[in-house]
Amino acid sequence: MSNKKNKKLSATQQEYQKFAKDREPKRPLLSNCIHAFIAGGTICTIGQFFQWLYMTHFGFTEITASNPTVATLIIIAVLLTGFGVYDHIAQWAGGGTIVPVTGFANTVASAAIEHRSEGYVLGVGGNMFKIAGPVITFGVFSAFVVAIIKIILQALGGM
Amino acid sequence: MLHGHQSWLFDQRPVILASAVAGGPFEAEGALAADFDILHDDIWLGQESFEKAEKKFLEEACEKTIHKAGLKKEDIHFFFSGDLLNQIISSSFAARTLGIPFFGLFGACSCSMEGLALASFVVNAGGARYALAAASSHNGAVNKQFRYPTEYGAQLPPTAQWTVTGAGAVLVASAGVGPRVTCATVGRIVDMGISDPFNMGAAMAPAAVDTIEAHFRDFNIDASHYDLIATGDLGKVGHSIASDLLTKHGVDIPAEKFTDCGLLIYKDSQPVVAGGSGCACSATVTYGHLLNRLRKGELNRILVIATGALLSPLSYQQKESIPCIAHAVAMEREGNE
Repeated sequence: MSNKKNKKLSATQQEYQKFAKDREPKRPLLSNCIHAFIAGGTICTIGQFFQWLYMTHFGFTEITASNPTVATLIIIAVLLTGFGVYDHIAQWAGGGTIVPVTGFANTVASAAIEHRSEGYVLGVGGNMFKIAGPVITFGVFSAFVVAIIKIILQALGGM
Repeated sequence: MLHGHQSWLFDQRPVILASAVAGGPFEAEGALAADFDILHDDIWLGQESFEKAEKKFLEEACEKTIHKAGLKKEDIHFFFSGDLLNQIISSSFAARTLGIPFFGLFGACSCSMEGLALASFVVNAGGARYALAAASSHNGAVNKQFRYPTEYGAQLPPTAQWTVTGAGAVLVASAGVGPRVTCATVGRIVDMGISDPFNMGAAMAPAAVDTIEAHFRDFNIDASHYDLIATGDLGKVGHSIASDLLTKHGVDIPAEKFTDCGLLIYKDSQPVVAGGSGCACSATVTYGHLLNRLRKGELNRILVIATGALLSPLSYQQKESIPCIAHAVAMEREGNE
C-alpha cells in the first residue's frame, strides 16, 4: 500500500488494515504463474497448430495464415464462453487465458451474453465493449502515438 | 423497547409463525439443502433475466411463508424487504405482486436482520398483528451489477465470496406458536478504509464486532447467554478476522459457538472461494437452518448478526472505501423463558 493512500486513513484504520492483512490468504503467486504458463502455452500451441494447418493444407503463407488462425481461436473462445466453460478454465488459468486473443474474445462475448436481457441495442450493443472498451481505446491511442514517433524519426532520417 | 443505547427489548416476545426459504441449483448441492423449502435446478427460473428470476425467488419464499402460517396475503399488515439490486427492484416488484403495505429496505446483506428487527418492533409495539420480513439475492444479477459478467474469465482472489442465489422470508406475529424474537441491536456504520470489493469479509468484520459488543453492553450479557452466535456473510477471511478482533477487544466467544452463515451454507468441495455472501446468505441460513434447529430444540437461544457492505459500483470506481453495517437479532426457542 502506498504512503499516499495511508495518509488518508486514521491510525485505527491503518492498524486494522495491518491486522486484517495478516489474516488474509495471499494470492498464490507462484502457482498462478505456473498455471498461466501452462494454459497460455497450450492456447499458443493450439494456435500454432491451426497456423500450420492453414499453411500446409489451405495455401496460406506464414503471414496471411495469422488471420484465419486468430479467427479460429476467437470462435473457439466465444463458443466456450457461451457454453459457460471459459470462466471455469480462467479461474484455474488466470493470466494464461486473459492475455491471448481468447481472453479478449471472452470479454466481448461474456458482456454481450450478460446484457442480452436489456435488448439488442441498449443491452448487447451498449455493453459488449464494457470490459474490452478500455483496451481498444488505449490500444488505438498508443498505436497512434507510436506511429507519430515513427514518422518523426523517419523524417529526421533516423530509420 | 429501548434498552441501552442502540437496542430494543421485545417485551411482548413476537412469534415467528412461519418461515420459508428458496434457493437455486448451487444451494441445492450445498450443505443445508435439506433446510430449503423450495429448490430450483435452473438459476433463470424460466424468466428472461436474472433480475426477474430473483424477484420470483422472493415471491416464492414470501408466498410459501404465508401459506405455511395458514394465512392469506390480505392478513399481513406490513412487508419489509430488501435486496442488492439498484433501487431494490426485487423487493419492490415482489411487493407489487403481494399487494401488502410495504417498507423497502436497503442495508445490503444486512437486510435480513434489519427487516426482522423492524417487523418485530412493529409487532411488539402493536403496530401490526402480522408482519412479513424478507431478503433476496441472485448470483448472476449481483455479478452483473457489482462485478463482471457471469461468463467473464477473471480469476477470483482467495478473499472473494460467492453470492447466494435465493430468498428467505419470515412471518412475525403478535400471538401463536413458534420461536420468539426477543431483542435486537441496530448497528452503526463502521468503515476501516478497506476498498477492495473482492475482500468483503475483511471490510465487514469490524462492523459485526462493533454490533456484537454493543449488544452485549446494552443487555449486560456475554456469549454464555447464547447457544449460537452467527454472523451473516463474513466468509472464511472475515470470520477469522472477527474472531481475533473480538479476542483482542476482550470479548470471549467460544469457537464452537461462533459461526458464519457464509461458512454453513456450502460444502467445502464447492468452488465458493472464501464462502457465501449476499442478502440471501443470512436470510436462507437463518430462516431455514437456524430456525429449524430452534424449532427442533437443538438450540435454545441464538444471536444472528447480518453484515452488510454499503458500497455501490460507482463509489468503488471513485475509490471510496466500503462503509459497513451489522444488525443483530436474538431468537429463542418456544417455551424458553
